[in-house]
Amino acid sequence: MSTTTKPVKTTARPARSLAILALVLITLTGLAFIQSATAVRLGLDLRGGTSVTLQPRIAPGENGKVTNEAIDQAVSIIRQRVNSLGVAESEVAAQGSGTNRQIVISVPGDTGRRVVELVGQTAELRFRQVLATAASTGAADPAATPATGVSAEVNAKFAALDCTKAENLQGSGSDAPGDTIVACDRAGGAKYILAPAEVLGRQISKASAGLDAQSGSAWYVSLTFNGEGTAAFGAITSRVTSLAPPLNQVAIVLDGLVVSAPRINEAIPSGSAQITGSFTQLEAQDLANVLKYGALPLAFDRGEVQQVSPTLGADQLNAGLLAGGLGLGLVLLYSLLYYRGLGLVTVGSLAIAGSLVYLLFLLLGKWIGFTLTLAGIAGAIVAIGVTADSFIIYFERIRDEVREGRSLRTAVETGWSRARRTILVADFVSIIAAVLLYFFAVGGVRGFAFTLGLTTLVDLVVVFAFTKPIVTILAKMNFFASGHPLSGLSAKSTGTLPVAGEA
Amino acid sequence: MSKLSGLGGRLYRGETSIEIIGRRRRWYAVSAVFVLLSLGALSIQGLHLGIEFKGGSSFTVTKVGASVEDARAAVASAGVPGEAIVQTVGSDKVRVQTGALNTLQNNAVQDALAAKFSVPVESIDTQIVGPSWGKEITRKALYGLFGFLIFVMLYLAMAFEPKMAVAAIAAVVHDVFITVGIYALVGFDVTPATVIGFLTILGYSLYDTVVVFDKIRENTRTITATSKSTYSQATNLAVNQTIVRSINTSIIALLPVGSILFVGAGLLGAGTLKDLSLALFIGLAVGTYSSIFIAPPVLAQLREREPAMRALAKRVNGRGAPAGVTTPAPAHSNERRGPRNQPKRKHRK
Repeated sequence: MSTTTKPVKTTARPARSLAILALVLITLTGLAFIQSATAVRLGLDLRGGTSVTLQPRIAPGENGKVTNEAIDQAVSIIRQRVNSLGVAESEVAAQGSGTNRQIVISVPGDTGRRVVELVGQTAELRFRQVLATAASTGAADPAATPATGVSAEVNAKFAALDCTKAENLQGSGSDAPGDTIVACDRAGGAKYILAPAEVLGRQISKASAGLDAQSGSAWYVSLTFNGEGTAAFGAITSRVTSLAPPLNQVAIVLDGLVVSAPRINEAIPSGSAQITGSFTQLEAQDLANVLKYGALPLAFDRGEVQQVSPTLGADQLNAGLLAGGLGLGLVLLYSLLYYRGLGLVTVGSLAIAGSLVYLLFLLLGKWIGFTLTLAGIAGAIVAIGVTADSFIIYFERIRDEVREGRSLRTAVETGWSRARRTILVADFVSIIAAVLLYFFAVGGVRGFAFTLGLTTLVDLVVVFAFTKPIVTILAKMNFFASGHPLSGLSAKSTGTLPVAGEA
Repeated sequence: MSKLSGLGGRLYRGETSIEIIGRRRRWYAVSAVFVLLSLGALSIQGLHLGIEFKGGSSFTVTKVGASVEDARAAVASAGVPGEAIVQTVGSDKVRVQTGALNTLQNNAVQDALAAKFSVPVESIDTQIVGPSWGKEITRKALYGLFGFLIFVMLYLAMAFEPKMAVAAIAAVVHDVFITVGIYALVGFDVTPATVIGFLTILGYSLYDTVVVFDKIRENTRTITATSKSTYSQATNLAVNQTIVRSINTSIIALLPVGSILFVGAGLLGAGTLKDLSLALFIGLAVGTYSSIFIAPPVLAQLREREPAMRALAKRVNGRGAPAGVTTPAPAHSNERRGPRNQPKRKHRK
């Protein structure tokens, strides 16, 4: 074989490979402890919960493209809303790439319909006149001066609003444009009573952050309105600019939270405005982004909604574990019956592979938020077969070499040099399959692909660092070398005449 | 068990030989029949696509004693347009599948079912798939399939020989056709989980084929120098030498998949596990067959057309060695072809 190096030389250090493997296992275990990763993170299909996949498209009557920035903006808006449910470990993430991205929302537990309704609404940026404002100190503030021209009900709400509470800072998506509303500042430092919306986010045509050329340090945000927006913004600015504070402020509200509430210094009929203040570069850019994308010219097609009750989740988990146990048991039984002593190597190798995979599940859960789904469990179970296949390829190769008349110690090495290549090629094909599945697929399929790829890699590690070294060591033992009937390498099982223990 | 091992030894030395390459017409015929049946089933019955591809809603109520009639009545009372499919799943579940519904209609069905069976709305397992989503999934599945075939073909062409890649892909396409055909014929539901199953089979089927081809390549490396056997004979020996291994790897691969199928279909009734493992189970069985009976004969046929191999066949037959492509290599000739006698190995030790 052209790739074969002198195989006899590679025999040398089985103990070293085993030591390295042991070190890796100990390190991973240690890491799991240090990171307190003690349980595999389960997907919603295994513990119950709701997942919604949204597919963004351009809203009817809007131009433009579904850009990455717009999707990121949508993800952060939806995340704020989902967090308002107060369910731990909720997740909102964009999946896929390019124009073909989806937003996947996963919320564990029994929240079902609420999640679906919450994420379905489109957030919109709106400009509203400030009617009253107060610092939010924490405790409700019944002494707050009631704002004039506002119903008692809204005033009461305003007094009761506590913007230091996290749940009030997460956006509700329930700020109807025609209502007078109470709202918190995004940072939670102030609260407002706001008039009905007069300018809408989609009436902004451009927004950008800029640096004042004269001072060289003052950041500002400039924005330009379209025709409709120019008229609306001109009207609101010319009306409020002469009013007393805080009535001369216009709040920029996104998803029920005040992003900024600049004071209007003059009527702006031209359709282009500047917001100045003591912005840092980051603040200015953030505000510009909100203005640009907060309008969300995106609508969402609800691609898929999946609600799994905790009962079904538990059933699926149990079924997955049962199938895994059963499959593993059968593979071990078959290996032991067929390969006898060598079957024990399979048992050991699968045990090592199992621990490696489990540790990686734990750690990847911590590091990259890996969650184990039902499809993922299926991938891992299928991988038991792939992993055991590598051992069989090697064992059958050893037998072939013994049939050629080699001694076991030699056969173990020459057999390895050939089996190694076969295993590498075959595993590489598996990995291609896993990678392609991962990139082309959505949702549950990805979980399957991920575990399949991961376990195939683990298979390679185990075959090289455990199975081969162990077989080398065993080959030196009399039990195997002399072809004991139970060793799996007897003359009867290889179908050869007995061979001598040494060449 | 040890009988199989003993057989492995005899097959390895060529004492016992199963004629595979020579009888290729027979295997091709068997496969052709299956492929035609599959095409027939596909064109007449078509695939039974799950709601994930068409768009639609699926509601599963878990309640001991829940009846199909009650569920039907509940759905009817919710005023949902179109025909709903209602079936029992496992021992204590009823599943309702409808066409694509809007949010209000979905909520109405949930409420009606919850009221009918007096269970909380949250306990109803629901899956709602938008119609455009199904197209997306289908498109991606097809991309995955073609992407995989192209990548693997390139890889195998580099790692082995271009003709091996062609033969391997022919076997894979054969597997996909027959597996899909079985799905059309029996009318199993095709879901995204099934598609993953299909794609995984491709990997598996190739795994087996790779093992066989590796041996073929080894046996045929010095073939033109020794003039002991034709390409077909050497290939046949290689297949025989790896047949025990192929059977073993397939059994080992089928055991866990069978477990998933058993648990998924038996205990859960339906869903990801069943769909995935059923596709895998059928595909694995077909894949094992093709890696032995389709890929090697196709390869042999492709290679035998090369002038060098034709000349070799002439030399081998002219010598009065066992004539004809159909005759297996005799036992003794194996000794000369054995790896021990390859020039390179002499330097070892």
